Amino acid sequence: MSTAPLSATPARRRLRKAAAGRLAVAPLLVFVALAFGVPAVAMAFGAFTTYNPGQPSQYTMGNITASLHGGYLDSLLGSVKLSALSALIGVVAGLLLAQAVVTSRFKMLRTAVLSASGVLANFGGVPLAFAFITTLGNAGMLTTRLHLDQHGWSLYSFDGLTLVYLYFLIPLMVLSVIPSLDGLRRQWREAAQNNGATTWQYWRHVALPVLTPSLLGGFVLLFGTAFAAYATAAAMVGASVPLITLQIATALSGNVSADATNVALAMSLDMVVIATLVMVVYLPLQRRSARWLV
Amino acid sequence: MGRIRFGRASVLLIAGLYFVTPLLSTLWFTVDNSPSGFSLDAYRQIFTVPGLWPALQLSLLLALGTIALVFLLLIPTVVAVRLGSPRLRTVVELTCTLPLVVPSIALTAGISTVLRWCNDNLAPTPFYRTFLLTQNGTFPVVLLLAYVVMALPLAFRTLDAGMRALDVRTLLEAAQNNGASRGRAIVTVILPNMRTALLNTAFLTLALVLGEFTVASILGYVPFAVWIVNGNSAGQGPVTVAVSIVSLLLTWLLLLVLSAGGQRRGGGAPAGS
Repeated sequence: MSTAPLSATPARRRLRKAAAGRLAVAPLLVFVALAFGVPAVAMAFGAFTTYNPGQPSQYTMGNITASLHGGYLDSLLGSVKLSALSALIGVVAGLLLAQAVVTSRFKMLRTAVLSASGVLANFGGVPLAFAFITTLGNAGMLTTRLHLDQHGWSLYSFDGLTLVYLYFLIPLMVLSVIPSLDGLRRQWREAAQNNGATTWQYWRHVALPVLTPSLLGGFVLLFGTAFAAYATAAAMVGASVPLITLQIATALSGNVSADATNVALAMSLDMVVIATLVMVVYLPLQRRSARWLV
Repeated sequence: MGRIRFGRASVLLIAGLYFVTPLLSTLWFTVDNSPSGFSLDAYRQIFTVPGLWPALQLSLLLALGTIALVFLLLIPTVVAVRLGSPRLRTVVELTCTLPLVVPSIALTAGISTVLRWCNDNLAPTPFYRTFLLTQNGTFPVVLLLAYVVMALPLAFRTLDAGMRALDVRTLLEAAQNNGASRGRAIVTVILPNMRTALLNTAFLTLALVLGEFTVASILGYVPFAVWIVNGNSAGQGPVTVAVSIVSLLLTWLLLLVLSAGGQRRGGGAPAGS
């Protein structure tokens, strides 16, 4: 590899470079095939087979059917509903907050918000659940001070979980939309104003159309994150709200029955299908917004 | 203009209230010792509470391993992608995005199936000891593999963005014309130039591993995040809450320092994606 590249002919150089490139990428591909591919295939295979210790497994659609009926279906729909609602609120709130931060004159504010967002979006999980339990749980600080329970408030409900999820979804939205907001040219606004447009008209006809791909992309990202979230709900013991991640965990822990494990695999496959649909929407959008906002 | 500023102020105020209230009331919870009043006992106990240190040690070990493996796998890849063909980029991008499609709980389900299969079928073979070794409680390789997979999407994007900010081709050729081998050029010229992106990647991976709960708890290991939840249900309430608050604030502080240090160079990508 250390021969002087200038001595080789261009064609041979290119060939050698391509080979070197493949060689450098090979470890990654092998690793992903082993550490990710094997479990993924095992999951898909298990979703379509029976499991009886000591007996050969047989192909069946039973697990998939079971995962799409009764309580399992309720939890799948519950997860979709919770993710969609919280992602929607997260997009709007995140956009407002990001815009407020971007247009602020204080540089420190931007640094603080960005780094706090990084922590909350990536490390939230368990500490987040505790923070909300001590604030708004049954014996929480605000619950007891403001007598919220008398008004029918419960943290361990659909609304409660939405409120908690927003705590890491809004930061995630802020992180993903700030680059696009930075990309909005000052001149566009000035041009609109010179043509007599109001602030509302500028947003309605210039800024929002340009931002649409990244807003949709943000929605999809938030949806996927909320859909996959497990730690927060598990730490809050929010079993009162049916969520598919909680169902899978219960089935996997083996407290139910041997059959349930394979139904858990089927539910995992359902999740993968939904997440795949979500990514199929997300990737092209991200590319499109990148084209606008160079 | 005045109206806009008013709107901005109220947005910031509401967001501030929403994000600060839970933290403040949690802080209050940890220092308020009902009958006797203010007390820092919960924080003093952090140093003596049983189980915290082993759990933290496990998490930090796993984080170190994950960061090392992520760098080992991704740095050559990112260089190759930058120099190579668009087709290579597509393949790598797709590979690194795949884990996003499988939520961590689904990955866990897959891993536990593989482990179950190995347990049923490997017992009579000599591989069984290796298999058990990968699940060793002091350093579970299974968790390490899962964490690397989970870190790939974000790590690739961050490193790739850092690499894009460099003129890698010119740097490499200059180094090679001066007699450096390719590997040496990468280590001594390219890497120092993207230390912000490397630091960001390392840090985000650390945060991911420290906060990871799903895989570890279902597979039955007790790293940091799992210990906090277990400890809380075992009646060590205020201490575990104090630990989780301290860890959250420490992480934030670290990231604040990091982003302040990295601000001069545009190399790093923002967190998130």
